[in-house]
Amino acid sequence: MSYQDKYEMVCGVETHVELATKTKIFCGCTTEFGGEQNTHVCPVCLGLPGVLPVLNREVVNLAIKAGLALNCEIAEFTKFDRKNYYYPDLPKNYQTSQYDLPICKKGWVEIEVIGKSKKGGITRAHMEEDAGKLVHSGDSITASDSSGVDYNRTGVPLLEIVSEPDMRSVDEVIAYLQELVQILDYAGVSDCRMEQGSVRFDVNVSLRPLGSKDFGTRTEIKNLNSFTAVRRCLEYETERQAAVLDKGEKVIQETRTWDENQGVTLSLRTKEEAHDYRYFPEPDLVPLKIDRDWVERIRATLPELPAAKRERLKGLGLSAYEAGIITSNKAMAGYFDQVMQKYPEAKVVANWIMGDLSALLNAGNQSFEDCPVKPYQLADMLLMIDKGEISGKIAKTVLEEIYSSGKDPAAIVKEKGLVQIKDEGALEKIISEVLANNPKSVADYRGGKEKALGFLVGQVMKATQGKANPELVNKILKEKLK
Amino acid sequence: MKTVGKSLAELHKLLVNKEISSVELTREYLDHIREYEPKIKAFITITEDEALKQAEEVDKAIAQGEEIGPLAGIPMALKDNLCTEGIVTTCASQMLRDFNPPYDATVVSRLKAAGAVLVGKLNMDEFAMGSSTENSGYFPTANPWDLSRVPGGSSGGSAASVAAGEVPYSLGSDTGGSIRQPAAFCGVVGLKPTYGAVSRYGLVAFASSLDQIGPLTRTVEDNALVLNAIAGHDPLDSTSVPFNKPDYTQFLENNVRGLKIGVPKEFFGLGLKQEVAAVIEQAIKTFEQLGAKIEECSLPHMEYALPAYYIIAPAECSSNLARYDGVSYGYRAEADGMIEMCKTTRAKAFGQEVKRRIMLGTYALSSGYYDAYYLKAQKVRTLVKQDFERVLAQYDILLSPTTPTVAYKLGEISDPVTCYMGDVYTIPVNLAGLPAISLPAGFTDGLPVGMQLIGNYFAEGLLYRAAYVFEQNTGYYKEIPGLLREAD
Amino acid sequence: MKISQQEIEHIALLARLKLTPEEINLYTEQLNSILECFDMLNRIDTTNVEPTAHAVELYNVLREDEVQPSLPREKALQNAPQAEDGFFKVPRIV
Repeated sequence: MSYQDKYEMVCGVETHVELATKTKIFCGCTTEFGGEQNTHVCPVCLGLPGVLPVLNREVVNLAIKAGLALNCEIAEFTKFDRKNYYYPDLPKNYQTSQYDLPICKKGWVEIEVIGKSKKGGITRAHMEEDAGKLVHSGDSITASDSSGVDYNRTGVPLLEIVSEPDMRSVDEVIAYLQELVQILDYAGVSDCRMEQGSVRFDVNVSLRPLGSKDFGTRTEIKNLNSFTAVRRCLEYETERQAAVLDKGEKVIQETRTWDENQGVTLSLRTKEEAHDYRYFPEPDLVPLKIDRDWVERIRATLPELPAAKRERLKGLGLSAYEAGIITSNKAMAGYFDQVMQKYPEAKVVANWIMGDLSALLNAGNQSFEDCPVKPYQLADMLLMIDKGEISGKIAKTVLEEIYSSGKDPAAIVKEKGLVQIKDEGALEKIISEVLANNPKSVADYRGGKEKALGFLVGQVMKATQGKANPELVNKILKEKLK
Repeated sequence: MKTVGKSLAELHKLLVNKEISSVELTREYLDHIREYEPKIKAFITITEDEALKQAEEVDKAIAQGEEIGPLAGIPMALKDNLCTEGIVTTCASQMLRDFNPPYDATVVSRLKAAGAVLVGKLNMDEFAMGSSTENSGYFPTANPWDLSRVPGGSSGGSAASVAAGEVPYSLGSDTGGSIRQPAAFCGVVGLKPTYGAVSRYGLVAFASSLDQIGPLTRTVEDNALVLNAIAGHDPLDSTSVPFNKPDYTQFLENNVRGLKIGVPKEFFGLGLKQEVAAVIEQAIKTFEQLGAKIEECSLPHMEYALPAYYIIAPAECSSNLARYDGVSYGYRAEADGMIEMCKTTRAKAFGQEVKRRIMLGTYALSSGYYDAYYLKAQKVRTLVKQDFERVLAQYDILLSPTTPTVAYKLGEISDPVTCYMGDVYTIPVNLAGLPAISLPAGFTDGLPVGMQLIGNYFAEGLLYRAAYVFEQNTGYYKEIPGLLREAD
Repeated sequence: MKISQQEIEHIALLARLKLTPEEINLYTEQLNSILECFDMLNRIDTTNVEPTAHAVELYNVLREDEVQPSLPREKALQNAPQAEDGFFKVPRIV
């Protein structure tokens, strides 16, 4: 029995996304991933006595851009606040964040689950600094005598996007997150490299009896770093809460952690932890006044976003499914558009991209970002098919050849002698030979067995290594067999 | 040649005319420091080697015929909450006993660039919290005018070292009066500049929205010369104001005719000692005789400034000092587990006053009390600021005593509330972010009395002019502590 | 408002200060007498007064997104009470 028979889930997500800047939010250290521990640090991000923060302009630009992409209101006045709590990965023991006046609020994204769409509300989005990284001496934090602190990540700019508690199923949560991440990726706000931890999710989830309008007691599960983790965690947590409620007990409002290995959520409460963040305005930073010109300048840099792109692709004749697949990947979508500039047949382009080209990339462990087949090369190849210069079958070989050599399709066709034989004289000669060698089939056809024609076409193609123009072969054969 | 006690302009002339080298000058000051330190105890660190090296470089420049700036080759010392690369910066706290900053504060870079010779780091109340330098985590400093008395604080070492002739000038920091009050107690000139006029980058924060760095000197002219070197916009401090920095010495003109001086009656209220009031009243008469127009005025919200300050400053301090947790720098206590280590480290390495303010500030920001305390205090801050703005629209400057009393005896005040009351005339100025100067107004029973002049935002020049006129026409700056006279 | 000893203990935990019983007594007493002085703030009406966070008004102080050199690691670690393999080392966290 599933929780869904008795309860409805209510879920909201806080998404922390790393903004795509070159430097940290308050100092000039690089944000590059993967440096040796404690080499991307300076007095400011180490929180040494006496240092002061200076805000990175690009952080504000990207936060505005994200807000616009997520249909948010952009604040005219916004400021930073200090969130005070002790943790060894936080050098100043306060995080510079935004409290009561975030830069973005009241937005939404369109989410779609099995053909039904709804709006997933966004309460707010605010700028803040990331903390450092702890490396534990043992297998886990609880099994370690000591830990090492690496402050390279400290001060990397984050945007925290807080959703409304609008999601009612795990599928809706995943759809919301996928759409959100896709939008941020398209907008160029973040690299959205999940495997590098540049997107992290905190989910708030509760259950309520079916038909109830009140919210149940929620738990918060922090620091999930993939869609799979969110799905598995929510599937576990909803069943756990359902079991608690079924027993007539109460869910405790608390923060839990997801244990990936065991596949369970665990309580994080400790006796010594007292939660009181004591927010107050950051005295070391001055407020921001964001005039509407600034917002419009950023708006002008917004590229086409996934939802608009999907609609446009549907308008070009793609099915909703095809449009969804193509736009699910920003690089693939960009590739599609580039091919379309030279070869504007959406269906054909989509088929090749989703089919043969994707298969090649998958097999070669590559992506559309670094696709060895340039968009113009695919377009040229498709044009050659249309002009009858190569057959569709030969084209598959040509594509493989472009993929491995990087050469242009025309050069490959010429080099390998793949050009179609459209010379009637030459074909007639070959066909005569084929007819002479297959008297039985000739007799069968003339005796009314239409199928024999197909065999003969095949023999001609074989003799020409597939280069014969199929239409021409048909025409000549039929004439000769009259 | 006796150079101790000479003005910066005189010392500069000696160097330029090659009557003395910077190394000789530095040695003379170092000798003087060695002689008086056992009594004064103004220094936490003496940087003899670094000083002589810097002096040699200036001498080389002079020898090569280079033109040197007004501070080049002249010794000075810094309050020990200003970060100096490679030189231990303790904030007079056991917490930072061995802290060696990997960077220089902006004011330090600017003084280095000006060729200044750093001879040491000066004692203070721990993390600049206190008004007597008795809260130093190391030792108290004595007042050169009476060794049994406090030099004031928190920049007690900065004021005492200048008064004792150990350095021609020093830098201090002022959050609620920490430059002006010790300047008053030690009979020297101390300026708290407009908030944002001097970069705070590298000043170990106490209360970020109130802290400012400023010079302590024997004379007004010296003060203007030092401000010339340290003031001005700094991109490393977001609260640093881009303004057109004048040459402050250009204001030193012996004329206050027509200057409108307001005397706020609230600054002559409860707690003001009769003998201090008498000196200040005499100073007011002097200004009148010199042609200034004096009028009484009112700043009705002044009585609320003190409680507002003692909410805002501890609140900011509780957050600013959270970083001292034993993790990546500073003292670490041995204890089992992270939380215990952190709690024990802070309990052992912070002194009583620091802990008290952290407790007070944490409470003021905590859930359920924020509106009643912190937010209320910020609103009161607005009212205090508006009072000043209204009055400064009518008057060029305001005049008051710097402190309600003269320097008190070491150990005399132990109750925190009584101690906090001593800052009642200086605190409102920090809340408003205005510039103010304290200068010797006269003496009572052989102890200096300080007069505070408050100006409009970025009107340091006008403060200097008024202070200069008073100084030149009274000559109190020529008085030196008995301690130094005996030695002559 | 009166602060209880229990509140003082809670505040000490928030502020990460390990206080002795004597200190708890002392701070309870001293903070109460300081807070008594604060009560005078209730005498003024601040209903329509905007709070001041900065004495001097400034807005939009921003720097360009240009990489500056970081510290050499040995300098970053030079004040560490304990360091190992380029990490700051801390005792067990839970």
